Amino acid sequence: MELFYSRLGVWIGVLFTFAIFSFLYKDNPFYKVAEQIFIGLSAAFWVVITIYDTLIPNLFKPLSENFGGNIILLIPAFLGVLMLIRIIPKLEWLSRFPIALLIGTTAGISFLRYLKSDVLNQLTATMLNPFAASDWISMIGEILLIVGTICGVLYFYFSKKHEGALGTSAKIGIYFLMVSFGAAFGYTVMGRISLLIGRLQFLMGDWLNLIAH
Amino acid sequence: MKRKIPLIITFVVGLLVITSDFIPHKPFGTLVSGLENWFMIISAFAILLGTLSLIKVSVLKIKFKNENWKYYILTLVSFFVMLLFGLFWGTKTQSGLFGHGEAISSIIGLKPFDYLFENIYEHLQATMFSLLAFFIASAAYRAFIAKSFESNLLLGAAILVMLGGTSIGSYLTGWLPESLKFLHLPNIAAFIMKYPNTAGQRAIIVGAGLGIIGSSLRIILGIERSYLGGS
Repeated sequence: MELFYSRLGVWIGVLFTFAIFSFLYKDNPFYKVAEQIFIGLSAAFWVVITIYDTLIPNLFKPLSENFGGNIILLIPAFLGVLMLIRIIPKLEWLSRFPIALLIGTTAGISFLRYLKSDVLNQLTATMLNPFAASDWISMIGEILLIVGTICGVLYFYFSKKHEGALGTSAKIGIYFLMVSFGAAFGYTVMGRISLLIGRLQFLMGDWLNLIAH
Repeated sequence: MKRKIPLIITFVVGLLVITSDFIPHKPFGTLVSGLENWFMIISAFAILLGTLSLIKVSVLKIKFKNENWKYYILTLVSFFVMLLFGLFWGTKTQSGLFGHGEAISSIIGLKPFDYLFENIYEHLQATMFSLLAFFIASAAYRAFIAKSFESNLLLGAAILVMLGGTSIGSYLTGWLPESLKFLHLPNIAAFIMKYPNTAGQRAIIVGAGLGIIGSSLRIILGIERSYLGGS
């Protein structure tokens, strides 16, 4: 029986795989069916994960085990309910209170996190001595890294017209950004192709048993 | 009251979080850890709100028989089936309202939630993303028209990174002698990724980081209020 359901699962997977790939021809009912089922399953998946991983351990369990000691948790629970009230247009304004708390916390955390990791740490990592590198390739690379980072940052400085020394630096910055975009594009293509290979392996291996898996 | 209290909440909470980093002692440390817990709980409700919104939109489309309304029935059915399976018999690691569903698992081999996840959700997700492999090819055709020095750089970097990451790249330059190994395609790809690519990414990260810091300050100080909505 278990084998039957296992094979059935493979066949269901194959049907949905073909339904999605049918979009390559044109938008059609099979694709629409698969798309809507994907949306429904995704939403339910995240609801279930949120309930089990966040709401139960952080809210329901502490309240059910020691209500008096964790009574303060009723405040975020109340704010959470206010958040849900947003769905009623007349009472929509009530959701501003929990949103304000979320936005305030996010802004505070973002301020600190980005200051440390995205500005200070990145600048610290750029402060290299290329002439202390182990070989000449690393030395050239580190010089490129320093010049590229400085020029790239200067490109994003829009408070002054890009002309003269700033214009030249910004132009060099664009070159580095272009190389970066090209590399990122190449990496993305490879990632998508590997997903496609994974799909073909599923069809050829799990379904048709033409290749070992 | 409808706008001022949320602005005060944002200001106080934002300031508290920033202060706690500089004064990690009582009461700031405990206050902020409690606040982070609240943040998680309210964020969970925000996910539920998004789901409620999806249900509302789907129900309205079905009710008013909008274009393609029949497909939205499938959205609701698949949503509720997956949700109830998850709540009744739990997930791989969690027990549901009716326990672990051993009786069902012994027949189908997995818990119902995991069965749907592994046999439908995972395939749909992987295929949906793999579909982009085809569209990215047509996007590349348009983006990679080598008409300027900048677009040549983009094209060259992408080709070298792609070739360097595949076996054909190794094959093409595998014959190079040891003294010219730095011209071996996988080495060139690694060099591009490690240095010029990092430089460009770092510039973007620093620029975006400064932008986010500025936006965070604007929000905390109440200059940026768009999150409060209209009236």
